[in-house]
Amino acid sequence: MKAAFQEIYGGFMSLLTGMRITLGQAFKPTITVQYPRQTLKMPDRFRGHIQLVLDPETGKSRCTACKLCERACPSDCIAVDGAKLEGQKTKSVTDYHLNFTTCSLCGSCIEACPFDAIEFSKDYNVVSFSRDAFNHMDLVERLGARSKAWAQNRPPAPPAVPAPATTPPPPEAPKTS
Amino acid sequence: MSAIYDYLTGPLWPWTRLLVYLVGICAFVAANAAYLVLAERKGAGRIQRRPGPNEAGFAGWLQPVADGIKLLAKQVMIPPGCDRLLYCLAPLMVMAPPLICLTVIPYGETLVARDINVGLLLVFSLGSINVMALMLGGWASRNKFAVISAARVVSQNIAYEIPMLLVVITLLMVTGTMNLNEIIRQQGGGFWHWNFFRVWVNPLMPVTFVIFFICMLAETNRAPFDMAEAESELVAGAFTEYGGMGFGVFFMAEYANIVVGCSMATVLFFGGWQSPLPFAVLSGSLFGPLWFLAKLYVLVLTVIWVRWTFPRTQFYGLLNLSWKILIPVSLFTLLLTGAVMKLPLVLRHLF
Repeated sequence: MKAAFQEIYGGFMSLLTGMRITLGQAFKPTITVQYPRQTLKMPDRFRGHIQLVLDPETGKSRCTACKLCERACPSDCIAVDGAKLEGQKTKSVTDYHLNFTTCSLCGSCIEACPFDAIEFSKDYNVVSFSRDAFNHMDLVERLGARSKAWAQNRPPAPPAVPAPATTPPPPEAPKTS
Repeated sequence: MSAIYDYLTGPLWPWTRLLVYLVGICAFVAANAAYLVLAERKGAGRIQRRPGPNEAGFAGWLQPVADGIKLLAKQVMIPPGCDRLLYCLAPLMVMAPPLICLTVIPYGETLVARDINVGLLLVFSLGSINVMALMLGGWASRNKFAVISAARVVSQNIAYEIPMLLVVITLLMVTGTMNLNEIIRQQGGGFWHWNFFRVWVNPLMPVTFVIFFICMLAETNRAPFDMAEAESELVAGAFTEYGGMGFGVFFMAEYANIVVGCSMATVLFFGGWQSPLPFAVLSGSLFGPLWFLAKLYVLVLTVIWVRWTFPRTQFYGLLNLSWKILIPVSLFTLLLTGAVMKLPLVLRHLF
């Protein structure tokens, strides 16, 4: 008899506990990400397709077209071409094509790169109606887009060191890109 | 304008009044059904840390309109081989009783369509038709899920009708009248006169309310007792074969029944249109309905809150709760109330 009453009382109290918990949750802020309008920041270990690293100093790629990534790739999905530009000691990349349809995101290319010139992007919106969009991803072109944004957003170059008052100003101010 | 007003309020006044209340009640039920669905979805969202519907209109306020248009645009299909008459009759039978019940519920001392002396009896006798309608709907659909659900609905509602009516009899002994307005008038003069707090009449009065509330959840087929729909086990239960507005009417009726059930809880336990403070002005025809609606919606939101807290009970758990706990306890409160009421007479007789 006593056990029966205890069961009823205990059961009822546990119901109240449950209701207290849900009420508490109801007044906490919502955690939904309103997807098309808000996006999550991908964690560091997220592996998107590879992309060329934008050197924050120059706004260009660090790639020297050494083709070690091309050789390291087990799926043969990287094609690099480079050329020696006028007035540069090393070659620089002119053509970097990734066949993302066969890429398995193993990361061997990134490990092989001696210049840290490629990295995983955090781009997860890789969707298209046809495979052509990913057959030949032109990473140099994509870097160009980011490079433009970099040029617009970079902080203004520090003003040239004012020359001592005694000497006349240089005839031409140093050009900032 | 004033000529029309005089004409309507003159010899035609009973008819005008009838029409106004008819339109008012239908509008009240429809508005409640539409916006309680939104409140339910919003409430469920908040409890699960989501925002709920927020795309249609400002913060989702047009969602009921969108739902309504969607349901209206759907074809009403009568499945072959079903009982056409009963199939079409069931949604009407489930919608009509709450509409009729609302005619006797006093939302203010003067704001009641028909202030009849047996209002309590009317509400509870019409409340049983709901079960009948769900059973007919399930049976007429010629669908196994619907028939199983119909059988469940019947045994569940019979099990919960008993403790509910025992509780109502307890209150009837306390109040001595079936006139809902009179029951509310007796609870005037501060919140400690509400039946819920009248522990000197029956020390178990709050327990009585809990029993009433649980039975109301079961009678209106709300989670955790939603055996009628049981959408995760029986497709859509008794509504499996209904589509478009047929389903919509069942859905609206569920909310209309909740409003009626919570209104009855407000009338019987929380003093209806009486204000919690003992000032007659606050319970008048201006503020009275506001108190009633405030209490009503607190209870309705509690019903929603309960639904999103507890999972659906298993069927034998549901019957055990009724037959092993609720019925004995409500019988005990009935006897206790009788004993407490007769105690002075017994004492006077003895000494």
